[in-house]
Amino acid sequence: MVQALGHLTIGIVRDLGRTGWFLLYSLYMIVRRPGSFVHVLKQLRFIGTKSLFVIVLTGAFTGMVLGLQGYYTLTKFGSEGMLGTAVALSLIRELGPVLTALMVTGRAGSAITAEIGIMRITEQIDALETMALDPFKYLVTPKFIAAMISLPLLCAIFDVIGIYGGWLVGVKLLGVNPGAYFYEMEKSVVWRDVYSGFVKSFSFGVIIAWIGCYKGYYAGHGAEGVSKATTESVVLTSVIILVWDYFLTSVLL
Amino acid sequence: MISIRNVHKSFGMQKVLDGLDLDIPDGKITAIIGPSGEGKSVLLKHLIGLLQPDSGAVEVDGESIIDVRRSELNRIREKFGMLFQNVALFDSMTVFENVAFPLEEKTSLSKEEIRGKVLSALEDVGLKNIENKFPDELSGGMKKRVGLARAVVLNPKIILFDEPTTGLDPIIKRAIHQLIKDTHAKFGFTAVIVSHEIPEIFDVAQNVAMLFRGKILQYGTSDDIKNSDHPAVRQFISGSLDGPIQMI
Repeated sequence: MVQALGHLTIGIVRDLGRTGWFLLYSLYMIVRRPGSFVHVLKQLRFIGTKSLFVIVLTGAFTGMVLGLQGYYTLTKFGSEGMLGTAVALSLIRELGPVLTALMVTGRAGSAITAEIGIMRITEQIDALETMALDPFKYLVTPKFIAAMISLPLLCAIFDVIGIYGGWLVGVKLLGVNPGAYFYEMEKSVVWRDVYSGFVKSFSFGVIIAWIGCYKGYYAGHGAEGVSKATTESVVLTSVIILVWDYFLTSVLL
Repeated sequence: MISIRNVHKSFGMQKVLDGLDLDIPDGKITAIIGPSGEGKSVLLKHLIGLLQPDSGAVEVDGESIIDVRRSELNRIREKFGMLFQNVALFDSMTVFENVAFPLEEKTSLSKEEIRGKVLSALEDVGLKNIENKFPDELSGGMKKRVGLARAVVLNPKIILFDEPTTGLDPIIKRAIHQLIKDTHAKFGFTAVIVSHEIPEIFDVAQNVAMLFRGKILQYGTSDDIKNSDHPAVRQFISGSLDGPIQMI
């Protein structure tokens, strides 16, 4: 019993240390050897461009549902003119970064883990090492750079589409004054709101690449190992994003 | 020369290498034989630093590869080429890109020079007009040959072969063995082959080491091992179920 507990504790501490080391070494490698421009471009296409459709779709419907819910709540106080502000602030400060990150986690984070995991179990990572090449330069750093660039941009697109989704429902369907929708929004959204959204998105990009690559890099044996790593990657990334979001919000508020 | 001294390695409670000693001479083909699951591939991975021993020493040309900095290990690894059991070709790259990859990353050759070297390496292993195919479009034997071309393209001093003929038909098997002998004769590298192809391996290798229960049971020339009196070696070579090696 005591021995089993000891093994478990040592295992947890070792995993935590390895996870932390993985992040630090990845960031160090971004500075030292960021990988080739072509590799980064490929990853930008995969993580960024290919996520566009899902981001536009979720952004539009999130904005639309915010328009509906916001209108329902604000009419109780006779303040439906504030709908633009409510939609924009919810999206820019909170929902844009978080939902963008969760969608990219599901679409690209899982694929990153599966790709690196398969390379691990088919000895392709070992092959890189035997050629005296650092696998991080080819597999990890381009994904980190691409995620750090893509997430803030995708979040910006999510925010804009969401604001127009809210406009479509609030103004076009429910009859809120269009001037008030945009005027109140412009008056109350300040640079600090936009900035905090971008800081969140950027850090979520780091989390997606970090956990996605880490789980793939240390995937267990066979197809089952990769499938387990992929599931763990999506769950862990999502949980860390939500926890980290709370801490960032409390600091940036 | 690669020198292994008193190497121990365990995975959890399972002891795989138990005080193993072995010297692999330069310029020769050395085969490591032994029953499945005895740690032959584990031993091979220790030679290139893919695995670190729990204790003991591994030296390549007098330089230790245990607990050294990554840059130092990579400098020593530049002497090596390796053909993996499952070949480990990069599946998102074409055959040409796979063989060209080490040249692009480790040399400053022009595109034309790289193209020439890749096509020549592929021709040396008997492959033509497949450079634009992806690995999953190739047969097992063709993959092994592409893997061999990638392993020799930088002209390394030492090449490690992890079961190069496993899962191949007898003719392809013989062709791969012949290819290893021919490329060895051409380039003169040090070769270490993990294999259980008995008796073919005795025609390929000059030296043979038998690994059993985590130690080298017997080490000598191919003829020494082929004519060994040791009961376990005799049993393994003859494939008999009776003897000190109990598999069931």
